[in-house]
Amino acid sequence: MNRKTRITGTLFIGTTAFSAFLIIAVIIILLVVIVIGGKDTFSWKFLTSFPQDGMMKGGIFPAIYGTALLVLIMSVAAVPFGTITAIYLTEYASEKSILAQTIRFAVRTLATVPSIIFGLFGLGFFIKFVGGEMDSVFLGGQLKWGQPNILWASLTMALLTLPVVIVSVEEAIRAVPREMREASLALGATKWETIRRIVIPGSRSGIMTGTILAISRGAGEVAPILFTGAAYYLASLPTSLSDQFMNLGYHIYIMATQSANVDQTLPIQFATTLVLLMLTFMLNLTAVIIRSRLRRKAK
Amino acid sequence: MKEAKIKIRDLTLFYGEKMALNSINIEIPGNEVTAFIGPSGCGKSTFLRSLNRMNDLIPNVRIKGEVLVDSLNIYEKQIDVVNLRKKIGMVFQKSNPFTKSIFENVAYGPRINGIRDRKKLNEIVETSLKKAFIWEEVKDRLHDSAMGLSGGQQQRMCIARALAVNPEIILMDEPASALDPISTAKIEELIFELKKNYTIVIVTHNMQQAARVSDLTAFFYLGELIEYGKTKKIFTSPDKKQTEDYITGRFG
Repeated sequence: MNRKTRITGTLFIGTTAFSAFLIIAVIIILLVVIVIGGKDTFSWKFLTSFPQDGMMKGGIFPAIYGTALLVLIMSVAAVPFGTITAIYLTEYASEKSILAQTIRFAVRTLATVPSIIFGLFGLGFFIKFVGGEMDSVFLGGQLKWGQPNILWASLTMALLTLPVVIVSVEEAIRAVPREMREASLALGATKWETIRRIVIPGSRSGIMTGTILAISRGAGEVAPILFTGAAYYLASLPTSLSDQFMNLGYHIYIMATQSANVDQTLPIQFATTLVLLMLTFMLNLTAVIIRSRLRRKAK
Repeated sequence: MKEAKIKIRDLTLFYGEKMALNSINIEIPGNEVTAFIGPSGCGKSTFLRSLNRMNDLIPNVRIKGEVLVDSLNIYEKQIDVVNLRKKIGMVFQKSNPFTKSIFENVAYGPRINGIRDRKKLNEIVETSLKKAFIWEEVKDRLHDSAMGLSGGQQQRMCIARALAVNPEIILMDEPASALDPISTAKIEELIFELKKNYTIVIVTHNMQQAARVSDLTAFFYLGELIEYGKTKKIFTSPDKKQTEDYITGRFG
C-alpha cells in the first residue's frame, strides 16, 4: 500500500467517525440545553397545576391531560383500523392484486404526506364536511360539531399515525410461523378461526409496538391539531368530545411565539419541552424493547 | 388386503409449470400403516399433503385426478375442506405446538368444533394425551406452556392434538426425523398402537423405520410411484430394480 492510498484511507475513516460523532453531539447539546433551561421550573407542582397569570407562571397540567386524551382517542381509532388493514394485506389480499398494491401505495404515500396537510384535511373533511353536516342534520344548523374539538383532532392524528400501526402489525403477522397456521388448518380450523386464535394472539406484541410508536408520534406532532382542536388556553379540562383541549407541543409553540413576554416564559418553555421529550423518549424505548423481544421470539 | 380407505386415481400435480407428481394410482387400506419412501424431492411429501388438501394453501399448485376417501372425491367442488381436515388429521415434520398451554393445544380442535363444556374438554384432553402415550409425563403441568416440552414430547403432544378431533385417518410427514432414537422409538410404538383404530399414512426418510412400522410400502421416485406392495415383500424381494437399488442403499 502506497502512501497516497494510506492517507486517503485515514481521511475517509476520519470523515465517517466525525459524522457519527456530530450526530451524538447534537443529541447531547440538545438534551443539556433543555435540561439546564428547564430543571429549575420542572417539579411535581409544575406537572399538576394549571397555568397562572396569563400563562406567565404555573404548571402545564391541562396540556399533559389534553395530550394524553388526544393520543388515547387517536389509538382507539387508529389501532383497530390499522390492525384490520394489516390483516387484510397479509392474510387475504394476494401480493400481486391491484387492490393490495393500491393499498400499499396509499399507506406509503400517507406516511410521506407533510403533517400540516393532515391538519388542513382534518379542517376541511372532519370539521367542515362531517361536523358541518352533523350540525345541519341533527341540530338544525346549531354550531356544535362543525368547529375544532378533541374528536376531530384525534381522528386527524389517527390518519397520520395509521401507516405506523399498519407497518408494525404487518411485520408481526409475518413473524407468526407458517407451521403454526398449518397446524391450525390441519385441525379443521377455517382461515378466519386461524387468524383469530393463532395469528392475532401471536402478533400481540407487534400490535403493542405499533400502538406505542403511534402514540409517541401523535404526542409530538402539532401541525395536524393546529386547526382541528388545540386551544391556546382553557380554564377547564375538556369533558366532552366536542370540547377543545390544550396540548404539550402546541403549548410550546404558543409560549415561544404568542406569549406576552417570551423571554420571561423561557423556563416554562424549557420545562415543557423536557416533559414532552421524556414522554416520547420513554414511549419509544418501550416500543424498542417489545420489538426486540418479538424479533428474538420469531427466530 | 383390507378394504381401501383411500383410493387415488391418476393424480397429477403441478407446481407452476413443473410436474411434481405424475399420474399416481394407489389404494390405501384402512386400519393399516402405509409408508411412503423415496429420495428427497421425489414427491412423497407433496403427495401426502394432497390427501388432506394442504396443497391448496400453496399458490400456483394445479391438481388433476381423483382422491377418493370412503368413495368420495375430496377434490369435488362441494366438498367442505374444513370438515375433510377434521376427518384426516396431520402430524408435521417439525413439531409445531401453539404458543399456548398443553391443555389449550390439545383442546384447540374440540374448541373450534364448538365444544365449550369444561368437563367434556377435560375428558377429551385426557384421553387424547393417554392415546399418545404422554399423559403420565404431562398430567401435572397441563397448564404450562407447550414450548417447555422436549422435542419428542412436543411431537407426541401434536399427535394427541390431532387425535382430539377424532379423525379416521392420520397423515404423518416424517414425524420422527428431528428426534433422538429414544423419542423415535416411542413414536414408532405409538404408531403401532394407533393403527388399531386409525388409518395411518407415514412419509419417512428412514428405511428401517418404514420396515419396522408399516404394513405396506410405496416407493416414489421423481414424482412417479415406482412400486407398491406389502412392506415385507418390498424390503426382501422388490419387483423393480430401482426399488432394490434404493433399499439397498445404492442411490438416494
